[in-house]
Amino acid sequence: MPVYTININGENKQVDVDSDTPVLWVLRDSLRLLGTKYGCGIAHCGACTVHMEGDAVRSCAYPISAVGDKKIVTIEGLSENGDHPVQKAWLEHDVPQCGYCQAGQIMTASSLLAQNSNPSDEEIRRAMNGNICRCATYTRINRAIRTASKDM
Amino acid sequence: MFNTHLSSRYAKPILKFFIFSVAVILAIAYKSKNDKKAEYVLLSEIRKKDSIASITAFKKVYSVLMHPRCMNCHPDGDIPLQGDESRIHNMLPQRGPDGKGILTMKCANCHGATGVPGDATPPGNPHWHLPPADMKMVFQGRTARELALQLVNPDLNGHKNMEELRLHAEDTLVKSGWNMGGDRELPPLSYQEFKEAWYEWIDNGAYAPSN
Repeated sequence: MPVYTININGENKQVDVDSDTPVLWVLRDSLRLLGTKYGCGIAHCGACTVHMEGDAVRSCAYPISAVGDKKIVTIEGLSENGDHPVQKAWLEHDVPQCGYCQAGQIMTASSLLAQNSNPSDEEIRRAMNGNICRCATYTRINRAIRTASKDM
Repeated sequence: MFNTHLSSRYAKPILKFFIFSVAVILAIAYKSKNDKKAEYVLLSEIRKKDSIASITAFKKVYSVLMHPRCMNCHPDGDIPLQGDESRIHNMLPQRGPDGKGILTMKCANCHGATGVPGDATPPGNPHWHLPPADMKMVFQGRTARELALQLVNPDLNGHKNMEELRLHAEDTLVKSGWNMGGDRELPPLSYQEFKEAWYEWIDNGAYAPSN
C-alpha cells in the first residue's frame, strides 16, 4: 500500500493505506482521532465533517489520495482548550442531546463563521443544511451559532 | 520631325490598347479565380446545409442532454437535481455566483477530485460545478428546439463560438456523466456515440428541430 504524508491539526502524519481510503477511516483507524464520527458514509449527514483548507469537507467521501498538501483540521484541533467561540456557545446553549452529530455540526458552524462572521438566519440555515441532527436540536444549534458570531 | 509626329499620333491608341489588354487579362484572371472559389464554396455549402442530418443527430444529442446524468446539473432553479429520478438534491446546496456552491455547502466539499468506492457515494471530479448564476444554461424543461437554439447562442451558452461549442464534448465534466460509479443509470448513448452525434449536429449546420 502507498504511504501518504498528510497534515492533521498542524502536524505531519504518515499513513500506509489504500489510495481510495476515505479520510474518515484514516483519522479514526490509522490515527485514532475518534472525535470525527461515521454517520452515513455517503456525505449526506455531515457527522464526519472536518476542515480542509478551511472548507467543511465530508471526510467519509474524500479519498486520501486526493488530499495532497491540503491542511486538515479535526474537532480535536479546532482549539487548544476547547474554547473556540462555537464550542463556548455550544456549552452556553446546552446544544447537544445525544451528541453524536455535534463534532460535525461544530466544524461546519466554525467554517461558516470563518467565512462570514455575521451570517443572517437564512445564511445559517443554508450553510447548516448538510448537517443532520436526529435529536432535532436545530433551534439550539442556530442560537449557538448566532451567539458565537458575536465573538468572532 | 516625321518621327516625332508619328509617335505623337500613335501614342494614345497604343496606350489605350495597353490599358484595355491589362483590364481584359485581370478580368479573366479574376473570373478564373472566382470560378474555382465558387465551385469550392458550393460543395462546402451543400455539406453545411444538410439540415436533415443535423436535426437527426441533434435528436440523439437531446436524448443524452435531457438524461439525469447531464440534466441534474442544468436545473431550472438554483439547487441541483440528484439521482435517476432527478429529485431535488439532498441538503439543498445552492448554485452560488460561480456555480460552485456557497460557504460551507460548496460542491467540492462532498464531490472531491475523485470519489470513494460505493453505490451511493458522491461522484468525483476536480471541476464539479453548476453553470454560473449569470448564465444558468438550463436544460430542464427545454424542448429539443429550445435547447438547440440555446446551445448555439453565445449569449446563452457560456460565450462559446461554434468551435468552442464543438470542443465542449471533450470537457471532463461532460465525460464524467459516463463515469459516476455506483448503480447510476448511464445516458442512452455511449460517450463515443454521443460525441459523434454532437459533431454531426454541429458540422452539418447546428440546426434546431421544429417543435
